Amino acid sequence: MRRIAALTRNPVAIALFAALAVAGCRSQQQVPNTAADLGLGGGAGSATPGSTQEFTVSVGDRIFFDTDSSVIRSDAQATLTRQAQWLNRYPSYSITMEGHADERGTREYNLALGARRAAAARDFLVSQGVPANRIRTISYGKERPVAVCDDISCWSQNRRAVTVLNGAGS
Amino acid sequence: MRKFVKTTLAIVTLVAGFAALAVVPARALVEIDINKGVVEPVPIAITDFLSGDAMGTEIAGVISADLRRSGLFAPIEKNAFIEKISNPDVTPRFEDWKVINAQAVVTGRVTQEPDGRLRVEFRVWDTFAGRQLAGEQLFANKDNWRRVAHIIADTIYEQFTGEKGYFDSRIVYVSESGPRDNRVKRLAIMDQDGARHEYLSDGRSIVLTPRFSPQRQEITYMSYESGNPQVYLLQLETGQRELVGNFPGMTFAPRFSPNGDKVIMSLLREDGNSNIYTMDLRTRNTARLTDTNAIDTSPSYSPDGSQVVFTSDRGGRAQIYVMGADGSNQRRISFGDGAYSTPVWSPRGDLIAFTKQSGGNFQIGVMRTDGSGERIISSGFLQEGPTWSPNGRVIMFFRQDAGAAGPKLYSIDLTGRNEQPVPTPTFGSDPAWSPLLK
Repeated sequence: MRRIAALTRNPVAIALFAALAVAGCRSQQQVPNTAADLGLGGGAGSATPGSTQEFTVSVGDRIFFDTDSSVIRSDAQATLTRQAQWLNRYPSYSITMEGHADERGTREYNLALGARRAAAARDFLVSQGVPANRIRTISYGKERPVAVCDDISCWSQNRRAVTVLNGAGS
Repeated sequence: MRKFVKTTLAIVTLVAGFAALAVVPARALVEIDINKGVVEPVPIAITDFLSGDAMGTEIAGVISADLRRSGLFAPIEKNAFIEKISNPDVTPRFEDWKVINAQAVVTGRVTQEPDGRLRVEFRVWDTFAGRQLAGEQLFANKDNWRRVAHIIADTIYEQFTGEKGYFDSRIVYVSESGPRDNRVKRLAIMDQDGARHEYLSDGRSIVLTPRFSPQRQEITYMSYESGNPQVYLLQLETGQRELVGNFPGMTFAPRFSPNGDKVIMSLLREDGNSNIYTMDLRTRNTARLTDTNAIDTSPSYSPDGSQVVFTSDRGGRAQIYVMGADGSNQRRISFGDGAYSTPVWSPRGDLIAFTKQSGGNFQIGVMRTDGSGERIISSGFLQEGPTWSPNGRVIMFFRQDAGAAGPKLYSIDLTGRNEQPVPTPTFGSDPAWSPLLK
């Protein structure tokens, strides 16, 4: 039950968890990253186009990494591509790309690893046409976990890059 | 003779040796070989110092606690004492102390000077040799009575081991409280035994990796207070804070050079990799020591300042490397099975302490400076961040057990014996040991 407690802190994961609970037998050819992937785009309350809520819930505000890696996985590429499309559609937003690490590394190394992940995610967005000057990066290392337990179910959620929209859009 | 300079708290002065009873520069008859794997703690009697109030008993208590925690001494329970010391200047009845197997007896007296300062006199007696090993008097402001006790414990330690002690020293660390996904992290400082605990930051910003200046009442640390995580200096006497350098990216993993005039740290590059830089604190000149498309971090100087040990993943996985202080001759020294990080050069210069991840666990270990002789001294679910006692005999680190709500500080002897929790009011991480106080 620790995992559920952890998941409640993450709105995307809540939707994901609810979806899995309802449609537990749904086949998963791809790792679902967002409520939209699960056909829940409108179910969680129709998000206003261009809103932070739409970005977080329908586009997906975070990607995940393998252990001690900053390689953008194929599922993460799909999320970042959607983010780039959305950001290109709503150019008034600047963003902060937060890089995070799980707890299975030492503090200073993980600050560096989080920074490398944030840079990798930023570079992918730039490659998709998002101007670099709209993107600030920051590493939190392992200091800001979203999921707290002592096994891989949490560590895999903490190895992440989160795209945070700065300020309100137009 | 050790002289005290002004500290954050008050002024202490120390006068070595009694004029009347010149100290024989003798070592204890029973010597402790601290390089042996297993040491039988030396039974020692710390008698309450004579005083008009509780101070004499309190000082004896702090001395006893220091010596016991070292694992090298076994202070004898007071109710076993036969002789009651009524005059600490008179030679004790050694037979009475040999009966209870006390190898040494410590006696003392606390009085107050006309100016209000404490005068603390003490003598260390070798019961089997039947002679005085040490006799000193110390003058201190009343607030500094604990330091007086630690200095006496250091004197006893040195008499028996032949090496300097480490009790008159402090720890700066990161105090952690609140839930794991929203931790409040504050800089805090305390004596090495956990006493005189004070917070140095308010917890509004994340602070990490504080380290003491080897020379001044100053620490360097990393903080998120400006929004951009960067390295700062904090003057302990004035509370004045200062950003180290004006770098565009994140700066982290700071440490001082041995003479305290430089900070060495990692600087994040635009491409997401981290290189090692130094900044001279007076001239503000910066120098780049590494230039790789890799993570280069956790630099730590050798005590003579000629070399730097650091972590790099340039070979694929985090490993330990050594280079000249100018960045020359970079070479890998760790070759074991696992990832190695947080190397810290011993104050004696002969060893490097590190954190190793292998087999799903985290270990604290030591190796020689060429990477040979690797020895794991502690293993746990999640532990890291070794720091050396000023004499290079004890390592402090932090550990979080599986299922625990937070990390705690521990100390352990270099031999891997005598692991002890270090008391802190909250969870704690990133301990850094000060030099011996001045």
